[in-house]
Amino acid sequence: MSSVADMSYDSSRAVPAPRRSAQWRKVLVAYSFIAPNFIGFTIFTLGPILFSFALAFLHWDGSNPITFAGLDNFWRLFSDPSFIAALWNTILYTVLSVPLTLVCALALAILLNQKIPGRNFLRTAMFFPYVASLVAVAVVWNMLFNPEMGPVNMVLYTLGVDPRHLPRWAADKNWAMITVVLFGAWKSMGYYMVIYLAGLQSINRDLYEAASIDGAGAWQKFRFVTVPQLAPTTLFITVMLTIQSFKVFDQIYLLTQGGPGTSTLVLVYHIYNQAFLSWDLGYSSMVALVLFLIVLAVTLIQFRFTRRAAL
Amino acid sequence: MTVLAAAGARVGTRRRVKIGHVLVVVTAIVIGLVMLAPFAWMLSASLKLNKDVFTFPIQWIPTQPRWQNYVDIWTKIPLALFIWNTAKITIAVTVLQLLTSSLAAYAFAKLRFPFRDTLFLGYIATIAMPWQVYMVPQFLLMRELGLHNTQWSLIVLQAFTAFGVFLMRQFYQSIPDELCEAARIDGMNEYQIWWRIMLPLSKPALSTLTIFTFVTTWNDFLGPLIYLTKTELKTIQIGLRMFISQYSAEYGLIMAASVVALIPVLVVFLALQRFFVEGIASTGLKG
Repeated sequence: MSSVADMSYDSSRAVPAPRRSAQWRKVLVAYSFIAPNFIGFTIFTLGPILFSFALAFLHWDGSNPITFAGLDNFWRLFSDPSFIAALWNTILYTVLSVPLTLVCALALAILLNQKIPGRNFLRTAMFFPYVASLVAVAVVWNMLFNPEMGPVNMVLYTLGVDPRHLPRWAADKNWAMITVVLFGAWKSMGYYMVIYLAGLQSINRDLYEAASIDGAGAWQKFRFVTVPQLAPTTLFITVMLTIQSFKVFDQIYLLTQGGPGTSTLVLVYHIYNQAFLSWDLGYSSMVALVLFLIVLAVTLIQFRFTRRAAL
Repeated sequence: MTVLAAAGARVGTRRRVKIGHVLVVVTAIVIGLVMLAPFAWMLSASLKLNKDVFTFPIQWIPTQPRWQNYVDIWTKIPLALFIWNTAKITIAVTVLQLLTSSLAAYAFAKLRFPFRDTLFLGYIATIAMPWQVYMVPQFLLMRELGLHNTQWSLIVLQAFTAFGVFLMRQFYQSIPDELCEAARIDGMNEYQIWWRIMLPLSKPALSTLTIFTFVTTWNDFLGPLIYLTKTELKTIQIGLRMFISQYSAEYGLIMAASVVALIPVLVVFLALQRFFVEGIASTGLKG
């Protein structure tokens, strides 16, 4: 991306006619390279994005004529308890899952950056949940965390937890969010571990040696060399995780269906319900616009920081 | 873990360091086992009768493995059809993605033309745009075009991503321009340069893009959920989901079907994981 601004167009204005048609040919050839992707991209991505912004200010049920809504959809957000619950739950999910996943990913990366037997196998093992089919692992997860017969509660029971106090996981409105967060962390930490591993491997070894000479122990090396050196990676992962968390949907659809009650209803779930169950397309696009603005804000903050940190 | 290593280093005797190392290894193995436990449980349950799935303590290796589960799933639901549907979509998306992305990326990286940077910035800007923001208008468009409830909807939905163009362009930029210049002097046209020089050189990037695209498309859930409502069109993910809701107490069968759904991704992942890891490390994108 760095070279976006470093190109200079040849001064083609002053060239005689034959060269000029050669120039045109070149441009056409270039466009012919872009065309297949660009046409598809414009129709199926760019167009819908623009339409989505317009739709937020319209009323439409998908079949009757479209009517102008002005800011109706916007004001409706504030009086819609489901939206408020969804926004709150999305923030809660983000606040819980980002630090958890980040810390686990860093711990795994440090662990698997050591010279230990079977290291490559272990890395693959940690990473596999990330590529595994969500539907398949979600159904296993639901069985493992089944409140009555699941092995997780059986283990807790064996460890002496009072049967009346055993968590009911996805079936309990106080535990459902925790269940979803744990699942998300388990599924995605391997991915961020890989990014951290790349970060760890790019740290200059001399820094550790210098720290050793200064008498630093392992904890001090971690605290004063590893952590600061990984700061750009950590920032990057935080932003990625935050954006991912705001977009969470699939795992919630599969684990809790947004319930019990509205305890795990998140923004994308609300968009989905409003659009494909209520056919309230204008309003669902307004919720989508809110999601977009949040993600945009997070991205812009990252831009500011990365320019400073020169990632 | 670091605390353990720290303790070892502070005491400073070799024996303590060794114990620290052993503890690191043990910790790593325990975490690895915990991460893989759900898969082991899935595999084990897929070979059990429903009544044995939840016996506790867990019997990891069934005494009488019930292979019949793996026979029954093919007749209980059209699993083979679901896999075929998914394979069609995944292969079409991957091929289109590789072809169109590498073409566009070549122009963005190696050719000069008006509005090049503006167009490229347009691409980049949409990478950060969550699909969920525009999935509704996109659905309406597909419905207008009559693509709703066809596999084409999912193909065109995922074949022209900005991510692919971005990834390939980053790679092409690392290839020296002199190479293209030399080829031009030798009389090759741009299409030949792309086909004979750039594509062979960009195998690592193409592999990365292949595995990203394959895994994302194969595992896609929300897309097929919105677009495919006819059973005969369903992909493995929503087919599996349908099966789970229809036969919610058939634990052994559900697990067997889940194992089958995992296998293609496992195979592709193990074969190409080097490129996957390199791709993540170099772009960090996608997820």
